[in-house]
Amino acid sequence: MSPAGVPRPPEAGRLEVCIKQKFFRAASGDNLHVLGELNFTLANGEVAALVGPSGCGKTTLLRIIAGLDRDFQGGVRLPEHCRLGMVFQEPRLLPWRSVEANVRLAAPHATDAALDTLFETLGLAAHRGHYPGELSLGLARRVALARAFAVEPDLLVLDEPFVSLDAALAERLRFELVELVTRRPVTTLLVTHDVEEAIGLADRLLVMSASPARVVSEVPIARPRAAHSAEEIAAIRNKIAPSLGVKVV
Amino acid sequence: MALRLVSLAVLIAAWSIGSHFAGPRLLPEPQAVGLAIIAEARSGALAFNLGVTLARVVASFLIAMALGTALGLLMGRYRNVDRLGDPWLVALLNLPALVIIVLAYIWAGLTESAAIAAVALNKLPIATVMVREGARSLDAGLDDMARVFRMGAWVRLRHVVFPQLAPYLAAAARSGLSLVWKIVLIVELLGRPNGVGFEIGIAFQLFDVTRLLAYAFAFVAVMLVIETFLVQPLERHVSRWRPKTS
Repeated sequence: MSPAGVPRPPEAGRLEVCIKQKFFRAASGDNLHVLGELNFTLANGEVAALVGPSGCGKTTLLRIIAGLDRDFQGGVRLPEHCRLGMVFQEPRLLPWRSVEANVRLAAPHATDAALDTLFETLGLAAHRGHYPGELSLGLARRVALARAFAVEPDLLVLDEPFVSLDAALAERLRFELVELVTRRPVTTLLVTHDVEEAIGLADRLLVMSASPARVVSEVPIARPRAAHSAEEIAAIRNKIAPSLGVKVV
Repeated sequence: MALRLVSLAVLIAAWSIGSHFAGPRLLPEPQAVGLAIIAEARSGALAFNLGVTLARVVASFLIAMALGTALGLLMGRYRNVDRLGDPWLVALLNLPALVIIVLAYIWAGLTESAAIAAVALNKLPIATVMVREGARSLDAGLDDMARVFRMGAWVRLRHVVFPQLAPYLAAAARSGLSLVWKIVLIVELLGRPNGVGFEIGIAFQLFDVTRLLAYAFAFVAVMLVIETFLVQPLERHVSRWRPKTS
């Protein structure tokens, strides 16, 4: 573990994904071909957004990268001693531990000062002693974000972290995420089906096909995490629409 | 609380009336039983026998719960362990308590360890089955979360697994405690020179119903105290995170 303040070598956060194929055995006994040939690399500190039609295997891909699923052909190269921070689709907090204990259990080495800043940034300072059952979904999602950041990850994986939140709250959490990755750059892979969200957060979009999923196009974002005009967003939308199987309007 | 007292008063009144019809030899007056308890307490025999029995209850209960939790967890998590262990479990579940006790005494002699092992073995399969049910319903999502954040084995067990098992462990402990103390009395009756079960055996041979009831009630009182001041506060503590239902 590198001491705080020492800059990490550039290769520390590099993620290489090189998957040949992945089958998923369904309960019915069918073998589903979920992932096809999937190759991409994320540079240190780069934020990439995976967009693709629903059910194309994005979550499966994240599970493989996180090391939760080893039953696939190919390889994923994480940096050595890679600290992983992950935000699942659901908050996945321990209901029997307070907000602060949830974060501390995942990040036992986090300093008090770092946690204070993190809770402050995410607006959780007043909820540190609460149990997850006492929180709204929006607050619980913020705790999940805080937990992922508290480990000071080398790789941050976010699986539709803002889904099923109202628009205003999702907007605020996106803003908070931008603030966090600006303060401490971290290689980030974000899954979303919201193209506008992807454009607002990422350096690069990785567009996936329907299953068996492949990366069908990569779209660099010219001014990442800056405001984009409606025309810019529409242009990117039209560019990737054919890959998503959406009609261009 | 008032209702409980009324209910208790009705029970004692019914006992008094019953005693009046059955005669003091078959069913002594509540008063006589109370005096017998005081007499036994004064001589020190009551405290000694209660203590001995309680020690056996605690020892066999702890052994059965520890082994049952470990086995149940393994059987719930690993299918092969479950396949291996299940026939044993079914056999043990259906073996009468008396058979286990008598065999334990024959094979290991009339010893303290045979007595405690026999009681623990009676309780073990029930604890195992309950914990296995809990282990089967563990949340895979939380398990993934713990793996992603590289939580150590002990942290996972203590903060992720055991809190999920808590209701199953509580149920196993509850039913286990009442089962264990009943079996401990039988074990004492059959092959121990002291304890509440032994005293009840003596009372049976002497046809001394007063003494029998004195020991039975004293021991029930002890178990009630344990239930109220140990088991219930513990249950409240482990479920403190649940939103209160009114």
